[in-house]
Amino acid sequence: MSSRAAILGRVSAALAGADRVPPPRQEYGAPAAVPDVVGLFVERVEDYRAVVEQVAPQELAAAVARALGGTDRVVVPPGLEGAWLSALDGAEVLVDDGDLSPDDLDRCGAVVTAAAVGIATTGTIVLDHRPDQGRRALSLVPDLHVCVVRESQLVGDVPESVTLLRAAVDAGRPSTWISGPSATSDIELERVEGVHGPRTLHVLLVRDGDGLQSPA
Amino acid sequence: MSGTFLGMPSFQAAAKEALGNAQQRRNLEHATRTIRGKRAQVVAELDDWEGLRRTAAAIKDNVLTHLDSYLLQLEESLTRAGATVHWASDAEEANRIITGLVRATGTDEVVKVKSMATQEIGLNEALEEAGIRAWETDLAELIVQLGHDRPSHILVPAVHRNRAEIREIFLREMGQVGAPPPAVLTSDPRELAEAARVHLREKFLRARVAVSGANFAVADTGTLVVVESEGNGRMCLTLPETLISVVGIEKVVPRLEDLEVFLQLLPRSSTGERMNPYTSTWTGVTPGDGPQDVHVVLLDNGRTDALADSVGRQALRCIRCSACLNVCPVYQRVGGHAYGSVYPGPIGAILNPQLRGTTSEVDQSLPYASSLCGACGDVCPVGIEIPDLIVHLRTRVVDEHRGGVPSGEQLAMKGAAWLFADHRRWEKAQKGAELGGRVLGGKDTIGRLPGPLAAWSDARDAPTPPAETFRTWWKREKGGRR
Amino acid sequence: MTSLPGSGLRVALFATCFNDTMWPETPRAVVTVLERLGVSVDFPLEQTCCGQMFTNTGYAREALPLVERFADVFEEYDAVVAPSGSCVGSVRHQHAGVARGCGRPALADRATAAAGKVYELSELLIDVLGVTDVGATFPHRVTYHPTCHSLRMLRVADKPLRLLREVRGIELVDLPEAEECCGFGGTFAMKNSDTSVAMGADKAQHVRETRAEVLVAGDNSCLAHIGGLLTRQRSGTRVMHLAEVLASTERDFAAANELGGPPYAAGARDGREATA
Ligand code: SF4
Repeated sequence: MSSRAAILGRVSAALAGADRVPPPRQEYGAPAAVPDVVGLFVERVEDYRAVVEQVAPQELAAAVARALGGTDRVVVPPGLEGAWLSALDGAEVLVDDGDLSPDDLDRCGAVVTAAAVGIATTGTIVLDHRPDQGRRALSLVPDLHVCVVRESQLVGDVPESVTLLRAAVDAGRPSTWISGPSATSDIELERVEGVHGPRTLHVLLVRDGDGLQSPA
Repeated sequence: MSGTFLGMPSFQAAAKEALGNAQQRRNLEHATRTIRGKRAQVVAELDDWEGLRRTAAAIKDNVLTHLDSYLLQLEESLTRAGATVHWASDAEEANRIITGLVRATGTDEVVKVKSMATQEIGLNEALEEAGIRAWETDLAELIVQLGHDRPSHILVPAVHRNRAEIREIFLREMGQVGAPPPAVLTSDPRELAEAARVHLREKFLRARVAVSGANFAVADTGTLVVVESEGNGRMCLTLPETLISVVGIEKVVPRLEDLEVFLQLLPRSSTGERMNPYTSTWTGVTPGDGPQDVHVVLLDNGRTDALADSVGRQALRCIRCSACLNVCPVYQRVGGHAYGSVYPGPIGAILNPQLRGTTSEVDQSLPYASSLCGACGDVCPVGIEIPDLIVHLRTRVVDEHRGGVPSGEQLAMKGAAWLFADHRRWEKAQKGAELGGRVLGGKDTIGRLPGPLAAWSDARDAPTPPAETFRTWWKREKGGRR
Repeated sequence: MTSLPGSGLRVALFATCFNDTMWPETPRAVVTVLERLGVSVDFPLEQTCCGQMFTNTGYAREALPLVERFADVFEEYDAVVAPSGSCVGSVRHQHAGVARGCGRPALADRATAAAGKVYELSELLIDVLGVTDVGATFPHRVTYHPTCHSLRMLRVADKPLRLLREVRGIELVDLPEAEECCGFGGTFAMKNSDTSVAMGADKAQHVRETRAEVLVAGDNSCLAHIGGLLTRQRSGTRVMHLAEVLASTERDFAAANELGGPPYAAGARDGREATA
């Protein structure tokens, strides 16, 4: 007998005569009552010792350039809004064509991506790796991650965010949930920022609703 | 003593030794206190923590009591998404499957994401026997691996080590298996983490095969989820060409949306954070992104035995957050090694005897490694009634020992039960105590007791019996009323 | 007398086997407190033990007859009181399960019904009688240890503290790490005596930090464990059951002062508290 059949057989035998518990009645994706989603998001991202800046759409390119500071080589996903990089001065920009090796990425000091969702309560950014966010390795190997999030992408809490994830999963895309820079608590359960992922997370939160064109 | 008390002396003996390790006790006391405080704070931030716990328990119970159909659904979703599904009845089979998969790639090393399932099956040892080197990439696992040590905590396997010890291990061992630490290394956790970053980076960048576990496996989509902090998980899940994930069959959740419950409960219970730094989800193979050769090994290894116990089954709800360890006064004092398993603490006390059975001395002793204080049950995010399960497993151990030559404990219990079965018998027995009380008259306490009772009086004075029981007093004073 | 909170109420006292034999002053104190509040107290002599020690050690089959006896003896009462958080916890939380596990569903139903009427002392006083001031006087520095089963099984929360706060003359001080287990744990104290003593030693240390004269709790077994460590350490703190503090009155202290005897009388056993 195959192990598959054996395991499934043992499961069925174990459950013979068991009370089958129905799924709980659960309202999925219920919006959280967060009065100030933007304010809370900023506060909670800062809690992780990430950098958060609120910028107007027309200030975004300059803010990206500032955030990248003295980085020589920047990698960006193929679908990134070109205007966001228009104020860069001197840095070499590699647009990922899918062929950059891990070593190539390791030679990039920074990455700029968009995001899919921002979660206020937990201060989390969710990437669903659409073309403006790129494949997973891009936002992982470089040491600085500049991430552009629009206010309209913010939700109150985790449930709304999980609901939004389904479209990405159905499209076969992975997702990465990022809450601050990489960190560890493995030494005496004391939090230290900066292990294998980007050691600096710089979030640019783009205002909307001020009558100006959103960059996307 | 093992002839007198069932379930001894394994945990007890190991605990006694651990209690003598003052450094470890300080490390554990400090670490568990820190994490307890953080957990309490972030749990208090949520309006309806209890409601979330109830929902999580209900989702898991639904999964467990429909595991056959959910497993088939998971298999189908994974296959549709381009993953190859393997089934492993036990550790040996899982190790054989994984070794074969690694060999087929032609490589002789793998990078590993911290995974309880691979610890449980002893994968590293099996790979080593096959000539394959497995690099642990979680910082704490790295500390354990470099220190030729054993894990002592689910979340922080090196929690028994402090920064000075970790520094020593790094200086001594790192250079022998890869990039050495900087010549000048202090015990500042930031410097230690940096040394690990440099050491592991070359391994990540060249790795062709990664082995992971999964915190959740979503049946309706075939999505796997890994919750982590350092980014080592992302490295392993993203950079290599081949990814092999070992997933216990109880890790299934029915719908993607169910993750909303667990992604709130797990980080708060585990590291005491609102959200852990990184959570990765992947669904089979995504062309152009991450490993293109994706395998999932569904592992039984005793889980179906636990499933067959209608009471014990709820231990399979466990999401390995380790909150129960962090609040356990026994764990805090003896540490994880005394439990003789990769699952220590309260969850270890209820899981190991179910996964491994109760034939070994240590598995018989584990249900007794608890004062039944109930702190674990209060924090468990999936509402496992841990103390009730401990009692349930004690009953199993006792019942399995019935029928042979009775032990001292069995005789004592039977004798006491016989006395209590009739209040007249009990009263007669009390007369003996009253006599003892009168003989000892006026003395408050006894310093040393004979025989097995010495286990009490070695460190504690024992109370003397009074000259008159309550019952005697009642009959004399209130005899007119019942 | 009709104005007393307990007037007309008939309550059965479940002394518990350990208290009955080893600490009779505790059930006597319960009688004193309840009668002072107008309750008429019965002590059904057929009672023995709730079976907790058997159940918790894994001897459910030995516990079963005791579960049945408990229902037989107590189901006729409207209310039952016991001065022990862990014994009430066992009755309420375990009896039905023991019966069910032993294949006695009808007994499980009876056990559930009986358990619904069983109260730990602080629950009876506050939830049933609606009193927090029981007319006690106890002019001492006191710290309170919430025992695990009263705290996490019965969820008595701060009820004992609310009762203690109303005691005249009392100086109540917080116990550090109060909610951590003392390490008694029934047969755990013997089977894992080293760990048990390590836990108890930390508890005793916290008790000493309070510089309290008296450590109060709702379970004599935990108190015997902590007290055994305190006396072994020659600490000046003595242990006392909540019921005995609540039974103490001004008269006791006056009498005690005259006689130079123990400072409270409700459950005094000659000489037993003298060294405390
Ligand atoms: S038993 Fe509960 S508290 Fe313990 S690790 Fe598992 S989920 Fe966490």
